[in-house]
Amino acid sequence: MLGMFSYGFILRAAVVGTLVSLCASLLGVCLVQKRFSMIGDGLSHVGFGALAVAAALGLAPLKVAVPVVIVAAVILLRFSENGKIKGDASIAVFSTGALAIGVMAVSLSDGLNTDLYNYMFGSILAMSNSDVLWSIILAVLVILTFVLFYNRIFSVIFDEEFAKATGIKTSRYNMLIAILTAVTVVLGMRMMGTMLISGLIIFPALTAKQIFKGFRGVIICSAAVSVFCFLAGLTASFYLSTPTGASIVIVNIIVFLIFGGASILRGRLS
Amino acid sequence: MAQIDVKNVTLAYESLTVTENLSFSVNEGEYLCIVGENGSGKSTLVKAILSLKSVKSGEIVFSDGLAANQIGYLPQHSAQKADFPATVYDVVRSGQIGSGRLFISKKDKADIFENMELLGIAELAKRSFAELSGGQKQKVLLARALCATKKLILLDEPTASLDPDAAEELYRLIERINKERRITVIMVTHDMHSVDYATHVLHMGKDNIFTTRDGYVRRFG
Repeated sequence: MLGMFSYGFILRAAVVGTLVSLCASLLGVCLVQKRFSMIGDGLSHVGFGALAVAAALGLAPLKVAVPVVIVAAVILLRFSENGKIKGDASIAVFSTGALAIGVMAVSLSDGLNTDLYNYMFGSILAMSNSDVLWSIILAVLVILTFVLFYNRIFSVIFDEEFAKATGIKTSRYNMLIAILTAVTVVLGMRMMGTMLISGLIIFPALTAKQIFKGFRGVIICSAAVSVFCFLAGLTASFYLSTPTGASIVIVNIIVFLIFGGASILRGRLS
Repeated sequence: MAQIDVKNVTLAYESLTVTENLSFSVNEGEYLCIVGENGSGKSTLVKAILSLKSVKSGEIVFSDGLAANQIGYLPQHSAQKADFPATVYDVVRSGQIGSGRLFISKKDKADIFENMELLGIAELAKRSFAELSGGQKQKVLLARALCATKKLILLDEPTASLDPDAAEELYRLIERINKERRITVIMVTHDMHSVDYATHVLHMGKDNIFTTRDGYVRRFG
């Protein structure tokens, strides 16, 4: 079972994936409660567009995608705070727009190559040593954010008006969450795939909410579920030769259903 | 000296002026009810007092040791967090964020429990906030407001979604907070009955009328 970790690429994928899953699940609790579930999906499409353009121009993928997706996250957040365009509509605009730009960039360069297929559906081979470094830095930042600002993050997502009235600069915390989400999405999408990365953000939070009623419980359970599902999915994909991203999301679905069943059972019993 | 002095304030919503030349003041320990029709600017005034919105002209001055972010606020419609994973303790504790400290101290924790005791919700501490009744939720949010202030609470339609019994219970608790702790109360309300508890009334409309409760009763009876 541990034999698979003797391959360097699996070990890198396991480290990056575990850290990214952890970050995605923590941020996911916030995004789901703020009714921003689709933001991960929208940002991954923007990431796809940026990666495709970077590939076409021969630039380093992360150096282009990380800033572009951060800018997109900040703009999406501004739109939904001002309420000029509703949150879901602005995400749809970004998703389709970026996808179109990405597809166009691919077709104008050298057609659909393997790299871009991998961006869409993920590849376990995609993780380099610099991804490992980036994901360690990201995980440290995300965990520090949640430990130091636990009370404020709770307050900002539970009741933004109240937090503002109490002197908290809520837009700073929203911005922090958006930027961390952007980096998480870009790091995770090449392994999980553009189409599947938002599963890492949404599923663990929804799964945890079925059993836990307190905020701390949901956060901790969500992180544990996310890391477990990632490692189980990665192992399954290695031994069954199934696509990595899809395997991980399917394990997430199974755990979600089990927790849902347990929650219904508990309701019946009490 | 007044805790809040509203001087010749004009408030606008988008570009529409909702009220003009509004002046009144609130002193420590007073209980002010703000009444008036929909659209008369009550909610805009609340946002202006909380510094969530700027005034078009005039000024709102805080003094007597009160700062703008030391107001305990109970927002309107905030009881609708139907699926938020939070315990009662989580919610009450979030009132402490104004302290400027990242982590809560022993004294903060004692305050949290004291406020929960005062409102009779201490035994609910570990319960899910989302699963409480409307009246219980409002008591939890009132406890949170108390954690954010020692001086003044600002309540925006606190009983709007409550049945008469629950509303009465909440009014009694607010009265106790006002009398026993000398915490100033400003309450926006539609319920004329709640004026009974006030010391002063601000009636917002075509003409803004600021008077004592007795003056208000004589005039509008």
